[in-house]
Formats: sequence, C-alpha cells, structure tokens
Amino acid sequence: MSVFFDKIKVFSKLLLVVLFLGLSQASFAAESNDSTKAFNASEVILHHVLDDHIWHFFDGHYGTLYLPVIVYSAERGLESFSSHNFYDEHHNIVEYNGYKLDHNHIYLADSGKSVLDLSITKNVAMLFINATLMILILSAVARGYKKNAGKAPKGIQAFIEPIIVFVRDEVVKPNIGPKYEKYLPYLLTLFFFILFGNLLGLLPGAANLTGNIAVTAVLAIGTFVITNVSGNKGYWGHIFWTPGVPLPLRLVILPVEILGIITKPISLTIRLFVAITAGHIVLLSLICLAFVFGSAYVGIGSSLIVMFINLIELLVAGIQAYVFTLFSSLYIGMAVAEHAHDDHH
Amino acid sequence: MELLTPGSGLIIWQAIIFFPLVVLLYFLAWKPILASLKERETSITEALNTAEQARLEIATLKSDNEKLLKLAREERDKMLKDARDAVNRMKDEAAADAKKTADRIIEDARQAINIEKQAAMKDVRTQVAMFSLEVAEKLMKKNLSSDKAQKDLVDGYIKELKLN
Repeated sequence: MSVFFDKIKVFSKLLLVVLFLGLSQASFAAESNDSTKAFNASEVILHHVLDDHIWHFFDGHYGTLYLPVIVYSAERGLESFSSHNFYDEHHNIVEYNGYKLDHNHIYLADSGKSVLDLSITKNVAMLFINATLMILILSAVARGYKKNAGKAPKGIQAFIEPIIVFVRDEVVKPNIGPKYEKYLPYLLTLFFFILFGNLLGLLPGAANLTGNIAVTAVLAIGTFVITNVSGNKGYWGHIFWTPGVPLPLRLVILPVEILGIITKPISLTIRLFVAITAGHIVLLSLICLAFVFGSAYVGIGSSLIVMFINLIELLVAGIQAYVFTLFSSLYIGMAVAEHAHDDHH
Repeated sequence: MELLTPGSGLIIWQAIIFFPLVVLLYFLAWKPILASLKERETSITEALNTAEQARLEIATLKSDNEKLLKLAREERDKMLKDARDAVNRMKDEAAADAKKTADRIIEDARQAINIEKQAAMKDVRTQVAMFSLEVAEKLMKKNLSSDKAQKDLVDGYIKELKLN
C-alpha cells in the first residue's frame, strides 16, 4: 500500500510542477489579452471548458494546434480541411469555402444550414489520446501477467491491479451478483475511461473530455442499453406490473417506473458532466482571480488554493469514475437480479 | 447554452471510439488480466487448502505417532512387569525349593540324628547294663563272700516283704 502512496506522492508532485507551468501559461495568455481588450474571466473559463476546433496551448505563432475539420452535408457531401482556414492572420474568424464557423458550430455560409460536424475537435483528439493511453497502459498490464505468470505483480501491473481488483470485488461483484463476469469488461473499460479522462483533463492545456455532456451521455447510453437488453422477467415485471401493490396504485407506479428507466442514464450523464466541469470552473475561476485583480499577491494566494483544489480534483477524478461504475453496475444488477420475493406477496 | 448541448460530432466519435474500445480492451487486457487474476486466486486457494490438508495430515500423523508411542510404552511397561513378575516368581520358586531342600536335609539330618541317638542310647543302655552287672557281680562277689552277709541280705528281703 505504501508503494501506492509513494506513487500518488510522486504523481501529485509532478502535477504541482505541471500546474505551475500551467499558471505561467495562463498569466502569459492573460497579459497578451490585457493588451488588446479587458480581461473577461467567464469567456476564458468557458473557452477552456468547452469543445473547440483548435487546440490552444499558448498565444503566439506555435501555440495553437489547428485540428482537421470534417463536415458532411447533403448539399456538399463529405469534406475535410484544416481549421486554420477559418482564421486569418490576426486570429479573426473568416468564412472558408462556403462554410461559416460560429460559436464552434459550422454552418453553410449561403443557406445558414448547420452541417454534420465530424471534425477532430479538441475533445475528439483528447478522446484519441485517452483511448490510446488506455490501450498502451492496460495492454502493458496484461503483458505483465504473461511475463510474471504465477509471480507477484510488478511495475505498472502492481499499480493497476489493485484498481482492477477493487472494481471487480467492491463495485461490480456485490451489485450485479453471480452473473457479474459478463459485464465486467464493459464496466472496467468504463471505469478506466472515466478515470483516465478525468486525470488527463486536470493537466494544463488538456481538453475537458469527461466534463463534456456528449461524452458522458454516450457512456450513460451504453449502460442504459446494457441494462435494458439484459433486463429479465422480474425487472420488466416490476416496471409494468409492480407486484404486491394494489391495482390503482399500479397505474400510478407504471409511469413513474417508465420515467425511472429514462432518468437513470440522465442522472449518470449529468452527474459526471457537472462534477468534472464544475471542478474545472472552480480551478479556472481561482486562477482568473489573479487577473481580475491584476495582483501578484492574489495570484500567490489563489495558486495555493488552486493547489489544494487540484488535490481535491484528483480525489474527485477517482470518486466520479467509481460512482459512475457503481451506479452502472447497480442498474445492471437491478435488471439481472433474481426476484426471489415474488411469491410471498 | 453551449455547455449543455451535446455536439453531434463528439457523440458519434465517442460512440465510434468507446464501444470498439470495450471490445478491443476485452481481448487486449481484460480477458488475460481477469483470467490471470482468477488463476492466481484459485492457485492461492488451492495452496491454502493443501497447506490446511497437510496440517491436518501432520496432526493425524502426530496423533498416530503418539498413539504408537503410547502403545510401545505400554508394551514396554508390560514386558518389564512380566519380567519382574517372572523374576519374582523364579525367586520365590527358588526360595521355596531351597527351603524344601533345606527342610528335607534337616529332616533327614534329624532322622539320622534320632537313629544315631537311639542307637547310641541303646548302646549306652547296654553298656550301663553291662557296667551294672559287672558292678553287681563284683559287689556280690565281695559282699556275699561271708555267710553273715548272705544271711543279712536274705533278712533284708524278708523284712521288705513283711512290710508289704
């Protein structure tokens, strides 16, 4: 266990260093902003939290990564080009090739119709990075089992294994019951996707992947589909004809239960999205305080607070991954549970 | 608000990436990892069971050994007791034999002594009688050599007779 804490310590130190680097970047960005226009904290914060077609690391010529734009419309078909085309040399948004960029949405310039935007946005790029990291790290862990077959785990394997065992034994097994093994790969992927996404999102300059409602919605839909596909007779029986309840009440319960099917994924979606986005907003607001007041002393104070909030965010990253997985297994568990109490009503 | 409206592109990308990722990781990571974990757990459980069994076996062996030892000790005690008994018995027998022999010897001796004694007594008696006779003869020869002495003796006898 002490090894685990050592690793956490090293990690948090690393994070601190990165955080201060991030702060210096932020100050750099704010300074240049000050020269052109008044500092708008909410705009800066939203810009960091939202998705974008460019990946802005710092101001200057090389500070921005222009991501590819892929659009599809019935009129123009599938087209792709660099998002650099939407910006002129003064970083003002311009129309390109009949496409218009407005608040990160792409429209057809002539008709004003919105197009299907399949661009590799900041979050999509982050998604690729997240998935690649997961594949690299987890397959390294799997290789560890082949290499150290029958021996104690080593290295990254020793770091990840307790998490896997925790998810299996503390989250999935108790909530789903004897049929848990079928759902374990999905729930483990879910857990690590959210955990990695949360932790990566805390890095300065990183995109807010797990704090994006589209991402959390897809994850929740995954759980929703699995829950309802594996729902057994007892599960549907409880929803449509709740046993042990007087007939008139059943008619009241029926819509509530049907609503319950829908609210479960919605609550999953919103919980993760809000928790992560709120954390980012708090962090960025504290950093922005320095620029709002234009004082270095406020900067020192807010940096110290940011440091602690960052530690809390690390905790939240784990907790939210845990909670999402816990509730997913709970819902699946409810759907596959054998209702033994049906007879004694 | 833009924050709350999911971007359709990101939804599609997320679905395209996430669900195949589940499948990919199932083959790349979860299947081997979970199998190894399970294998390790079963091997640990088996090892523990084997250890427990070995412990039980050792305990039974130990109790068997103790039982054997106890039996051996009992047997030894019995043998010792038997030996002691045998010794005692032999001793007793020997003592009894010796006593019997001694008794017999004593008896024999006593009989021999008796016989010797009787023989001696007889001899003594004969000798005494002989001596008496010789003494009497000599006395008689000396005393009855005169007539007066003879007359006195006869008178003496007659007197004794009269008294009766």
